[in-house]
Amino acid sequence: MLVLSDFLILAAILFCISVAGIFINRKNVIILLMCIELMLLSVNLNFVAFSHFLGDIGGQVFVFFILTVAAAEAAIGLAILVVLFRNRNTINVADLNSMKG
Amino acid sequence: MDTNIPLLSLLIWTPILGGIWVLYAGDRQENTVKYLSLSVAFITFLLSLLLYAQFDTTTHTMQFVEKTAWIESFNINYHLGVDGIGLPLILLTTFTTVLVILAGWEVIETRVSQYMAAFLILTGFMNGVFVALDAMLFYFFWEAMLIPMFLIIGIWGGPNRVYATVKFFLYTFLGSVFMLVALLYLYSQAGSFNILDLHMLPLPLDVQKLIFVAFFLAFAVKIPMWPVHTWLPDAHVEAPTGGSVILAAIMLKMGGYGFIRFSLPIAPDASAALDGFMIVLSLIAIVYIGFVALAQQDMKKLIAYSSISHMGFVTLGFFVAFSIYANTGSAEGAIMGIEGAMMQMISHGFISGALFICVGVLYDRMHSRQINDYGGVVNTMPHFAAFMMLFAMANSGLPGTSGFVGEFLVILSSYQANFWIAFLAALTLILGAAYTLWMYKRVMFGDVANEKVAELKDINSRETLILSLLAFVVLLFGLWPAPVFEIMHPTIEHLFEHIIQPKLGIL
Amino acid sequence: MFENMENIYLAIVIAPLLGSVIAGLFGRVIGRAGAHWVTIIGVGVSSILSMVAFKYIVFDGGEEFNQTIYTWLSIGNLDINVGFLVDRLSVTMMVVVTFVSWMIHIYTIGYMHDDPGYQRFFSYISLFTFAMLMLVMSNNFMQLFFGWEGVGLVSYLLIGFWYKKDTAIFANLKAFLVNRVGDFGFLLGIAGVLLYFGSLDYVDVFSRTAAVEGQTIQILSGHDWSVMTVICICLFIGAMGKSAQVPLHVWLPDSMEGPTPISALIHAATMVTAGIFMVSRMSPLFELSETALSFILVIGAITALFMGLLGLVQNDIKRVIAYSTLSQLGYMTVALGASAYAAAMFHLVTHAFFKALLFLAAGSVIIGMHHEQDMRKMGGLYKYMPITWFTSLVGSLALIGFPGTSGFYSKDAIIEALHHSHLPGSGFAYFAVVAGVFITALYSFRLFFMTFHGKERMDKHTWDHLHESPKVVTVPLTILAIPSVILGAFMIGPVLFQGYFGDAIVVSGAHDVLTEIGKSYHGVWGFTLHAFKAAPVYLALAGVLTAWLLYIKFPHVPAIFADKLGFLHKLLLEKYYLDKFNQAFFAGGTRKIGQMFWNIGDVRIIDGFFVNGTALTVRWFSGIIRTLQSGYLYDYAFAMIIGLLLLLAVFVHHLF
Repeated sequence: MLVLSDFLILAAILFCISVAGIFINRKNVIILLMCIELMLLSVNLNFVAFSHFLGDIGGQVFVFFILTVAAAEAAIGLAILVVLFRNRNTINVADLNSMKG
Repeated sequence: MDTNIPLLSLLIWTPILGGIWVLYAGDRQENTVKYLSLSVAFITFLLSLLLYAQFDTTTHTMQFVEKTAWIESFNINYHLGVDGIGLPLILLTTFTTVLVILAGWEVIETRVSQYMAAFLILTGFMNGVFVALDAMLFYFFWEAMLIPMFLIIGIWGGPNRVYATVKFFLYTFLGSVFMLVALLYLYSQAGSFNILDLHMLPLPLDVQKLIFVAFFLAFAVKIPMWPVHTWLPDAHVEAPTGGSVILAAIMLKMGGYGFIRFSLPIAPDASAALDGFMIVLSLIAIVYIGFVALAQQDMKKLIAYSSISHMGFVTLGFFVAFSIYANTGSAEGAIMGIEGAMMQMISHGFISGALFICVGVLYDRMHSRQINDYGGVVNTMPHFAAFMMLFAMANSGLPGTSGFVGEFLVILSSYQANFWIAFLAALTLILGAAYTLWMYKRVMFGDVANEKVAELKDINSRETLILSLLAFVVLLFGLWPAPVFEIMHPTIEHLFEHIIQPKLGIL
Repeated sequence: MFENMENIYLAIVIAPLLGSVIAGLFGRVIGRAGAHWVTIIGVGVSSILSMVAFKYIVFDGGEEFNQTIYTWLSIGNLDINVGFLVDRLSVTMMVVVTFVSWMIHIYTIGYMHDDPGYQRFFSYISLFTFAMLMLVMSNNFMQLFFGWEGVGLVSYLLIGFWYKKDTAIFANLKAFLVNRVGDFGFLLGIAGVLLYFGSLDYVDVFSRTAAVEGQTIQILSGHDWSVMTVICICLFIGAMGKSAQVPLHVWLPDSMEGPTPISALIHAATMVTAGIFMVSRMSPLFELSETALSFILVIGAITALFMGLLGLVQNDIKRVIAYSTLSQLGYMTVALGASAYAAAMFHLVTHAFFKALLFLAAGSVIIGMHHEQDMRKMGGLYKYMPITWFTSLVGSLALIGFPGTSGFYSKDAIIEALHHSHLPGSGFAYFAVVAGVFITALYSFRLFFMTFHGKERMDKHTWDHLHESPKVVTVPLTILAIPSVILGAFMIGPVLFQGYFGDAIVVSGAHDVLTEIGKSYHGVWGFTLHAFKAAPVYLALAGVLTAWLLYIKFPHVPAIFADKLGFLHKLLLEKYYLDKFNQAFFAGGTRKIGQMFWNIGDVRIIDGFFVNGTALTVRWFSGIIRTLQSGYLYDYAFAMIIGLLLLLAVFVHHLF
C-alpha cells in the first residue's frame, strides 16, 4: 500500500533532479526551462498527494492554477529564448554572462 | 508679532516656484529668463527686507510662526519661525542670491535657465533651513539643498568636477545621516520633532555626548572644521563662480547655524564637557589652515582655505563661552564671543563671496586661477584692483571693514577664557594678512607679467555694480555693526542663559 | 563759535576724509588740479580748525571734550562707541598732524607733478590724515585700533605707490606684516584691558586702575605676573611696530621706496609717532608697571644707539634720514621709559617739524638730481639750490641739537630726564643717548657735507639741469624751517615744567623726573647756558667736526676706516644681519611650514590617507567581492541552494 511518504520522497527526488539540472547544465537554456517545469511538477505532486491523504480538494484546485501558470511561463520562456537566440546566435548557458561584475 | 502674510513661507516658496517657472521657460529666450530670474531673486530679497522691517528686536521668541500639520502620524509639522539668529542669515542668503544671479549673467553660456533655476531653488531651500522649527522639516531642507549644489558643481564646474562634486556630496551626506540618527533618537525621547521642544528635553550626560558627536559630524563637515575640511577647497576650485559664492557665503554658515541651533541648546552639558576639544579644533583651523593657505598656488584654493580659517573663529566664539563663564562668572564676555562668532559668519559671507567674485572676474578673462599666471593686473584693471584691495583688506580683518568686527570680538572674549587661546587666535592677524596680501601682491602688483595680462579689460558696469554692492555692505557693517547686534542680542542672551543651565535628565 | 565744539571736531576729521573720497572716486572727473585743490582745502580746513581748537583748549582754557559720536555696537551693558577725546595732549597732536600734512599736500603738487597716479596720491595722503586723526582723537581703544590699523593700511598703499617697482611692493608688504606683528601684541593688550577693566573707554579704564593694580595673571603656569605689566608690554609691542623700535624696526628703512612726501608724512610727523603718542596717552597704565617702563627704556636705548650707527654707512640720502628717524624715535621711547612723557611729546613735536623739513629737503634734492638718491653722486649743491641748502642746514642743526634750535631743547630734556631716572636700565639708556648725540651729529653732517659741499660728483647731464625747486616745494620748506628753529624755546618751559598737558598725562611721584629737573629750571636762557657746561653739546660739535674732517678735508679717510674695520663695516652695511635673518627665518620659515602642512597634513594624511584611502579601500574590497558575480545562472543557483541548506540547518537545529 502506498503511503504519503512515498509520494513525498518521489517529489523530493524529482525536485532535486531539477535543481541539479539547473546548475549542472551549462549547455542549453531549454534544459533549464524543462528543469523549472519539472520543479513545478514535483511541487504539484506534493499538492495532489496531500490533497488525497488529507481529504482536502483545495490542493487539487491549486494544482490546476499552477499548471496554467506553468504553461504560460513556458510559453513566455520559449519566446524569450527565441529572441535571445536571434540576438546572440547561441543558447549556450556558458556564454550568457552579461551580468558579470 | 503677527502678520497676515505668511512671510516665511513666501521666502521659501517664491524662489522655488520662480525657479520652476524659469526652468519651464527654457533656454529659448535667454534674456527673458535672465531678467525673470533676477526679478524673482530681487523680490525674495525685498521680502526679506520686509521681514527685517517687521521684526521685533526686543524679544527672543520665535516670530512669524507658521504651523500646519504635515505628517500627522509622526507628529511632523510644517513649522516655521524666525529669531535673531535666523534673520541675519536669511538677509545674507537673499542678498547673495541677487548677486549670484548677476554674476552668472554673461558668464554662463550653456543651460542658462537650468543654472538660474538651480540657484533660485537652492535659495528657497536655504531659507527653509534657517526658518524650519521642525527637525524633520529642517532635515528635509538640509538634504534637499545638496541636490542643486551637486548639480551646479557637477554640470557647470571645472575639469575635475566629478571628483569634487562626489567628494562634496559624500562628505556632507555622511555627516548628515548621523544627524538624522540623532534626530530620530530625540524624537523617540520627546515624541516631537519640534526643535524648541528638543531644547527643553533633559538627557543624561552620556546620551548628550553621543547626540553631540552625531551633530558634530554633520555640522563640522559643513562649516568645515579641521580635519574634515578637505572637500571644501576641491569643491570651490571646481565650482563655477556663483557656486563658490553660495558655497562660501551661505552653505558654510549652515554648519555654524546648526551648532548654535542644535548642538549648543540640545546638548549643552555635553557642549560644556567637550568644549576643550572644540576649542582645540578651532585653533587648529585658525593657525594650521592659515599656514596651509600660504602655500597655495591656486587663488580659489587660497580663499577656500582662508574661509576655513575664518570659520575657526565661529566655532571658537561659540565654544569658548563655557570657559569664559567659568573663568569670569559673568555672562557678558561669553555673549560677546557668541555674537562675535555670529558677526563673523555674516561678514565672512560678504567678504568671501566678494573675493570669489573677484577671482571669477579674473577667471572669466584669463581662464586661469593660478597665481603664477598673473602679475601686474593693476596696470590694466585699476578699478578692479581697488575693489579687490578693499576685499583683501577686509579678509585680513582691517578695522572699518566687517571682517574686523567678528575677529575682534572673538579675540577679546577668548582672552577672558585663557591668554593662550587669544594668543593663538590673534595669530590670524599676521597670517591672514600674509596669505591674503601676498596673493594680492603676486596677482595685482608689479609690472605686467605677460601678454594676456596686458590685454585685460577693466570691469564692466555689471561687475562694478556687484562689487560696489558688496563693498557697501562690507564697509557699512565695519563702520556701524550695531544693527546686526541689535537683532541678535535678545536671542543670544536667552540662548546663553539656556545653555549654562544644566539640563541633565534620567531616561 | 565755541558753543558747539562737537561740530568743529567732526569737521576736523571729516574734511580730509571727504577730500580723499572725492579725489579717489572722482579723480578722473575733477582732474589733476581738482584733486589737489579738494584735498588741500580739506586738510587746510582741518588744520585751521585744529588750531582754533588748540587756541580754545590751551590758551582760552576751554573745556576738554569727551563725547560719543555714535555707538559702534553694544552687547548688553558693554557699549563700544566711536567718540572723541580732545584734551591738551590730543589737540597738540592734531595741530602737528594736520599742519605737517597740509604742508606736505602743497609740496606734493611739485614733487608728484608728472606722476600718472597724481589723484590717487592725493587721495591716499588725505586718507592718511583722516586715519591719523581718528587715532589721535579717539576716546576708546577700539577706535584707537581703527586708526592704528588705518594708518598702517594707508602706509601700505603709499609705500607701494609705485606698484611696478619690485622693491616697493616688497617693502609695502613687509611694512604691513611687521606692523601686524605689533598690532598682534596691541590687540592682546586691548583684550587684557577689556578683561580687567571691563570697558574700552579711556576715562573708565583710567579711573579703575587702583582696582587692577595688585592683580596677577598666570600666563605660564606657576608664574604670577602683574596684570599691569602684561597689559603694558602687550600695548608697547604695538607701539614697537608702529614706532619702529628694535626688533620691529625693519620695515621703516625699506619703506623709503615710497615717494618722498610719504617718507616725510609717515616717518616724520605722524605714523611713526603714533606709538609714542599712544604710550603717553596710556601713561596712567604704564606708570603702574616699572617692569614695563624698564622694558621700554632698554628697547628705546637700543634703538637710539644702534640704529644711529647704521645711518653712518648708508649712501641713499633718504635711508640716512630714515635711520636717523629710527634713532630719534628711540630717544622718544627712552623718554617714555623714564616717565618723562612730556619730554617725549615735546621731542615728538619738534622732531615732526625738523624731520619733515629734512625729508622734504631731501626730496627737493632728489627732484634737482632727477630722481637720483645716491649721495656719492652728489656734492656741491649749495651753489645751485640755496634755499634747499639753507633749510637743510637748519634741519640738520635742529636734529643734532645745536643750542638754540628746537631739537636742542627737546633732546637735552630727554638726556637730563634720563640722568635723573632711577629705573633699572636707565644707566645704559643714559649712556646710549649721550653716545647717540655724537653719532647723530656725525651722520647728519656726513649727509649734509656729501650732498651740498665738496666735489661735484654728478654726471654732466644732471649737472646741466641743476636748479632750485619750484615754489610749491620751497615754500613748505621755508614754513617748516621756522618752527624747527624757534618752537623749542617757546615750548620748553610750559610743556615740560608748567603742567602743560594737565590731566592728560599722569606721572606717579616716584618716577617724576621732570619735576626734579624743573627744580633747577630758570627759564630758557638758563637752560641754554647750562647746556654748555655739559657734555652733549660738545659731543655734537665734535660730531660735526669729525664729519667735516672725514668728508670735506680728508675724503679718502672713510674708505681706509671701512677697510681696516671690515668686519664692523660689513655688520653695519648688513644692518646687523637682521633683515637676512628675518627673511630666512620668519618669511622663509613660515612658507616652509605652510608647504609642509599642506603637503603632508592635508594632501598626504587627510586627503591621501583618510579620504581617498577610504575610497581606495572600498574599491579594493569590491574588487575582491566582484569576482563572486560570475554572471552565470548556474553559479547563482548553486549559491541559492547553499543558502537554502544553511537556512534549513539553522532552522532544524535551532541554532539561533
